[in-house]
Amino acid sequence: MEEVVIKVENLSKLYQLGQIGSRTLSRDLNRWWAKVNGKPDPYARIGSVNDRTKKDGNDFVWSLRDINFEVRKGEVLGIIGRNGAGKSTLLKIVSKLTKPTTGSIKLQGRIASLLEVGTGFHPELTGKENIFMNGAILGMKKWEIQKHFDAIVDFAGVEKYIDTPVKRYSSGMYVRLAFAVAAFLEPDILIVDEVLAVGDAEFQKKCLGRMKDVSNNEGRTILFVSHNMAAVKSLCTKGLVLKQGNLVYQGSQLDAVNYYQSSHEANSSFMHDGSMETAPGNENIRVLEFDVLPLTGDVLTISSGLEFKLAFYNHKENINLDVTFELVNLDEVVVFHHGVFISTDKNSERGIYNVSGKLPANFLNTGSYRFNIIFGENQRYALFSIQDLVLFEVLNETLGSNSQTLPGVTRPDIPYQVSYKTKAG
Amino acid sequence: MESAGERKWTEIIEPTHSLFDLKLKDVWQNRYLLSMFVRRDFVANYKQTILGPLWFFIQPLLTSVTFLFIFNKAAGIKTGVIPPILFYLAGLSCWNYFSECMNKTATVFKDNAGLFGKVYFPRLIVPLSIMMSNLIRFGIQFLLFVGFYIYYLVATPAAIHPTEYIFLLPVLLILMAGFGLGLGMIISALTSKYRDLIFLMAFGTQLLMYVTPVIYPLSLASIPDNYRVFLQLNPLAPILETFRFAFFGEGSFSWGMLGYSAVWMIVLLCSGILIFNKVEKTFMDTV
Repeated sequence: MEEVVIKVENLSKLYQLGQIGSRTLSRDLNRWWAKVNGKPDPYARIGSVNDRTKKDGNDFVWSLRDINFEVRKGEVLGIIGRNGAGKSTLLKIVSKLTKPTTGSIKLQGRIASLLEVGTGFHPELTGKENIFMNGAILGMKKWEIQKHFDAIVDFAGVEKYIDTPVKRYSSGMYVRLAFAVAAFLEPDILIVDEVLAVGDAEFQKKCLGRMKDVSNNEGRTILFVSHNMAAVKSLCTKGLVLKQGNLVYQGSQLDAVNYYQSSHEANSSFMHDGSMETAPGNENIRVLEFDVLPLTGDVLTISSGLEFKLAFYNHKENINLDVTFELVNLDEVVVFHHGVFISTDKNSERGIYNVSGKLPANFLNTGSYRFNIIFGENQRYALFSIQDLVLFEVLNETLGSNSQTLPGVTRPDIPYQVSYKTKAG
Repeated sequence: MESAGERKWTEIIEPTHSLFDLKLKDVWQNRYLLSMFVRRDFVANYKQTILGPLWFFIQPLLTSVTFLFIFNKAAGIKTGVIPPILFYLAGLSCWNYFSECMNKTATVFKDNAGLFGKVYFPRLIVPLSIMMSNLIRFGIQFLLFVGFYIYYLVATPAAIHPTEYIFLLPVLLILMAGFGLGLGMIISALTSKYRDLIFLMAFGTQLLMYVTPVIYPLSLASIPDNYRVFLQLNPLAPILETFRFAFFGEGSFSWGMLGYSAVWMIVLLCSGILIFNKVEKTFMDTV
């Protein structure tokens, strides 16, 4: 057995929602007084769970609750869970960006975290200067960067533009360069958030390959957060599932993914019943409700078809507002990315809009899907976008004599025509 | 195999930490990052401007000329035997160094929220890089001052003369930087929580300049003696007075006053570092 290099014990993190820091001196003093006397925080209510869709009149939320796990040297641990399950909080604590409320993490070896690619990139600096800048921020020494410099440039494929300011780079080049620096980090423990969500598919593969090499050949320990179940399955050796701040499953990566996909994590309806200001969104848009329902029957199956219904509050008046729905399966394949204009004559109004759409029966294959919704202006500017708003499952159905799950993204009921043509002669 | 006894962990992340755990060793290990920050500041600021670093000259020069007309000519605040332009350049170079260090440090959390939210490094690196970037700036402005200084030394040799206290310049720089960082870090802690204090700071800096002998000598005859006592209590005053005394042989200097200033600086800087270190740990949750 390899030795344990990360040991997480009773880790919890309490967050305050809404107006943080309260801005009132009295409350701050109150808390301070309790702390001095060794009493618990008077504004932390014990027992509230991290569920942002419910409002319980409490501004405090346990983003993580009593998390315990160990990671051994060379393991690649995939951390999965819905948005808001506490994955990012966990990574932030491990990365020393924020302190835990209780518990501890013990680590052995040099740690580097990659929560974003291109941290510290400055548009005015050249590619070369940014490699050194970014490398330094990620904790590399000058000689380490120099040692890998040629390999970094080669990996990113930007030799020709290395002395050009990165503001003139295409977004693809920018991301490639940024990731290339990170790919040559040599820590003992590497922490990776969903940075692979950017970049083109080919480059993503290259990055995944590089990460795999690193863990296999160099014995590096990796903590990996992703929504990409295919990547978790192929890259990780262990997996753990977080749900509302609790660790609900840990085991092999395959079991963890299965647990996640088959658990009640799937949730086909979103309903915000708090105040408008706390609904997911920003100063432009607030998402109030989103439902996915079967067109016929009570359950979503291949032949039930489905209807999706969105209700949102729009704050932007007199613009061309559009909404794009993106359906993604658990292997991160985009099934469709399709939008609708809410207004076309610059006449959007302030208030609640309802949008619904239907998918016919015999369209989606069995499996789990999630919806991303993007609100745009003139089909150009994103006003707000939200990922994983709902997660739902389409159940299998017997087709003829075949009751197996069939491969494929779609499961059409194709009206075949077969005819037999007699042999000539 | 894992031994049953106490393991030696390289790092333990816990909710509480010692107030005096400043991670100065980490800062030293990250000195390359520090140099990159300084470089980035410098290059990024002037890369696309036509005049480049010449701006460092233009700003104090124009300000000095403005002061000449307003304070010297219009308001009649005399600068003694020291030529007004030289007087203002000396005061402004010093004051700019101090105030830039303070203002930039005070907004360090706000300006770097994105960076601080994504990657860990000893946060103390950033105020240090601010201090060093501004030292380069001071150096350039100081060259301008030296140019005028040599001109006046030659043109009006009787009025001004350098003294041996000129060698105190590094001490003065350390004092100014220390005050700037110390005050800046204390303010940064406050502004990270109560943001409106940033507005207070902008005009606070301006007021502070007027109660510091930057554009007038402490010996200015029109200051009533009972007010002069208060001006002398300002720990920044001895720095400017010493600077002028060193270069012009004019003004007041005493080791006592400079020591008084140094004690203030050390107290402010130490409390600043302690407060900064404390805020740095939790600020990501409040931003």
